[in-house]
Amino acid sequence: MSWETVIGLEIHVQLSTDSKLFSGGSTSFGAEPNTHVDLIDLGLPGVLPVANREAFYKAIRFGLATNAKINQTSTFDRKNYFYPDLPKGYQITQMALPIVGKGSIKIEVDGEEKIINITRAHLEEDAGKSIHDLFDGETGVDLNRAGTPLLEIVSEPEISNAREAVAYFKAIRQIVTFLDICDGNMAQGSMRCDVNVSVKKSNDTELGTRAEIKNINSFKFIEKAINFEIDRQIRILESGDSVVQETRLYDSVKNETRSMRSKEEANDYRYFPCPDLLPVVISDKELKEIKDNLPELPDEKEKRYVEELNLDLSEAKIIASSKTMASMFEGACAKTNDSKLVANWLVGDISALLNKENIDIDESNLTSDNFATLIERISDKTISGKIAKSVLEEIWETGNDVDEIIESKGLVQIQDESLLETIAQTVIDNNPSQVDAFKSGKDKLFGFFVGQVMKETQGKANPQSVNKILKRLLS
Amino acid sequence: MSIQYKSVSELKTMLNNNDISNAELIKETFSLIKSNAKLNAFITLNEEESMNKANKLDNSPSSGSLAGIPIAQKDLFCTKDLKTTCGSNMLSNFIPPYSATVIKNLENAGCISVGKTNMDEFAMGSSNETSFYGNVQNPWGKNLVPGGSSGGAAAAVAAGIVPAASGTDTGGSIRQPASLCGITGIKPTYGRISRWGMIAFASSLDQAGPMARTAEDCALLLNEMCSHDDKDTTSLNEDVPNFSENLNSPIKGLKIGLVKEFDLSKLDNEVVKIFEESKKHYESLGAEFIEISLPNISLSVPTYYVVAPAECSSNLSRFDGVKFGKRCENPKNLEELYIKTRSEGFGDEVKRRILIGSYVLSAGFYDAYYKKAQQVRRLIKNDFDSAFKSVDIIMSPTTRGPAFEVGSKGDDPIQMYLEDLFTIPANLAGLPAMSIPNGMIDNKPIGLQLIGNFLDESRLLQAAHNFQMSTDWHLKTPTGIKS
Repeated sequence: MSWETVIGLEIHVQLSTDSKLFSGGSTSFGAEPNTHVDLIDLGLPGVLPVANREAFYKAIRFGLATNAKINQTSTFDRKNYFYPDLPKGYQITQMALPIVGKGSIKIEVDGEEKIINITRAHLEEDAGKSIHDLFDGETGVDLNRAGTPLLEIVSEPEISNAREAVAYFKAIRQIVTFLDICDGNMAQGSMRCDVNVSVKKSNDTELGTRAEIKNINSFKFIEKAINFEIDRQIRILESGDSVVQETRLYDSVKNETRSMRSKEEANDYRYFPCPDLLPVVISDKELKEIKDNLPELPDEKEKRYVEELNLDLSEAKIIASSKTMASMFEGACAKTNDSKLVANWLVGDISALLNKENIDIDESNLTSDNFATLIERISDKTISGKIAKSVLEEIWETGNDVDEIIESKGLVQIQDESLLETIAQTVIDNNPSQVDAFKSGKDKLFGFFVGQVMKETQGKANPQSVNKILKRLLS
Repeated sequence: MSIQYKSVSELKTMLNNNDISNAELIKETFSLIKSNAKLNAFITLNEEESMNKANKLDNSPSSGSLAGIPIAQKDLFCTKDLKTTCGSNMLSNFIPPYSATVIKNLENAGCISVGKTNMDEFAMGSSNETSFYGNVQNPWGKNLVPGGSSGGAAAAVAAGIVPAASGTDTGGSIRQPASLCGITGIKPTYGRISRWGMIAFASSLDQAGPMARTAEDCALLLNEMCSHDDKDTTSLNEDVPNFSENLNSPIKGLKIGLVKEFDLSKLDNEVVKIFEESKKHYESLGAEFIEISLPNISLSVPTYYVVAPAECSSNLSRFDGVKFGKRCENPKNLEELYIKTRSEGFGDEVKRRILIGSYVLSAGFYDAYYKKAQQVRRLIKNDFDSAFKSVDIIMSPTTRGPAFEVGSKGDDPIQMYLEDLFTIPANLAGLPAMSIPNGMIDNKPIGLQLIGNFLDESRLLQAAHNFQMSTDWHLKTPTGIKS
């Protein structure tokens, strides 16, 4: 009998609003501890929260992009528990009536598409951070993060394995970055997830007992933690024991999950409607305005690239999947007509360089202006494709202007056919044995002659002309 | 010229006529506070700053409508740089870095906050006996409670020390002590006065309001206390009328509702007699009485004692010894920090309500208690809505009797909770309600409650002012108060 895994994800997306969910406190990352904390974030006696409408707008963008139901009236609840980095002793969240209802998102694993349904997405405030290792015998609390708006996106338990889970997380990340509602920076904790894993026999209709793995913040760890957890649960079940419903933590150093607290030890959060906040009502006008200003999403881009710009589907997919790649592509295409050539370079040489350095395109020296000029210079035959590669490398290093690089390095393509003919003739004259071999049928040697001409011209010869001339001279 | 027992409007006239200087007024106020220190009405005094403000006003007069008027602030309002304890040991060292909106509003109008008044701990109590800072003496009798939770405020006004005080009313905390101390107090419509800076007890019920000697003064104070506040999303975005404008309009034809379900026969004969006399007086002023039914009103007290503790259990979670207020000595670990701090910092009544509140919100009980209570609350609100289709205001006694003796209800929280029988419904429904003195029983004052429709404070004040213009219960003063 085989085992079947059922996975559900709760992804916390930090919304990129300027101020916090219920206060004017700044949300920027990396400030000195407790400097981005106002009276409300500190939970001082007598303070009251005021909901940040911008956070609602961002949540609604997510809802619309995932075909979700938008609850134009949504409410806040309090989730009560004690922890030093939770200043009020409760977190304000949306339990009963979240801003975003049921939606769905498409994922792809090994070319297979699957729809994952999203149960809900609700707004809540983040807690601060407890720092245990900085002060001897004491715990420090940094409340800078307290009150930062989070969108918690809850999936249905429809994910079947670790790779699908990663694909789902990536799809959510792609959409929130395209929508400009989150910077997607996982290292800074802008996206984190809790994973619910259970296993059952394939023919069981009921779900198995689940364990929740808390707070994972990288694709790699999601995959590893889930795979560890699946193995652990199968081992338990196969030995005849049962899985305990509990919360577990993933230890990336040891690559294992560890029990944090069991269901019995779990807090009773005593949820109830937050009496300090009235229901938030989004008008039809506001909703329409958000709808009208929704950016083009990856699927739509992909379709447009294929249908209107004639890209291959595979290229279109790669470019449309990344917001920065797509904006480089669209930026360059706005200045040059040869969109296919732009796409070839992006998917080919430029992607290779990005992968080599493991950076995002907006972290490179390449600008869409410079990129467009490079494509133009290839199209108008000022430089050859080969020379263009060296120009790209130069841009990569220095960020210098394409035309300046071509000018200063004398890289302009030699178009003068009489000059090329003279060089080609010299090459032929200097290599009589190769000429004989070629003429006796060794066709492959043609490339040798082309190479020699290119070498003589430091690669600046127009390759089509060289081919034409050599064919004539060697016939 | 003595300032004792003077009303706000009288003091305004005295200041305007230069019968007294601002500095003299404040100096005299502090001398009254000190000579009556045994009342224990104040927790913290603000003498130096008050004198500075008064001197400043003498040098450059202000146009504020309450310029120079001394006011006592309930110690539940945050006052910048001035200790704010909420009657609790937990906040015995808490100095807020900001002021409540209502404090700012009053001070912007020129009021001088002379001190912070004693109160039941976190406003939980009806006798001021739960204060960490000791009982407050009712000026009408050494062993009498002043009521609560705004007991210090009521006592300070009743003893003629200050003409006015701020209070808060979650289940009757302005009206009940006003009744027991023989003064006038109004809880306006929920949301009229910003809650920003008011230390929360039960957020959906808490409402600030003025306590003074007359309805006329309450109107003057209310004019300044009310405002829409962007910092409080539950604050009403409604124009604030001039509450003083219609005070003198006659009330001929006013329809007053009498609640069928309030069974007055269970009350003391004297209380009933006084209530009947007030009815007759209102009839003589041209009002007519109509019996109304509030079918769910009997559920008010149990409903309140689910909703209020539930909210309080959550609101008071922030007092954990981590960021401000009291922290226990040498906790061994985090759990002990919480347990010891909260065990030492809170008194019994606060603990009792946190326990009740945590219970009614806990998994498995929420639907049976909290949710049900909210549904009943809606029904009570609806009852009032229908009643106000046929009447202008509703009238009842404020309390079941006059002030009781210290310790007389100490062992039975239920007896104490029933103290708020008549006052709680207005909080549950968010309606404005006030108490005015309408009689004496054994030289102890007692009050009449008037409940108004949503936002209809003006009519309440008008009805109260008409009563006070033709009676003198509000002018009675206790004996034995030092001058």
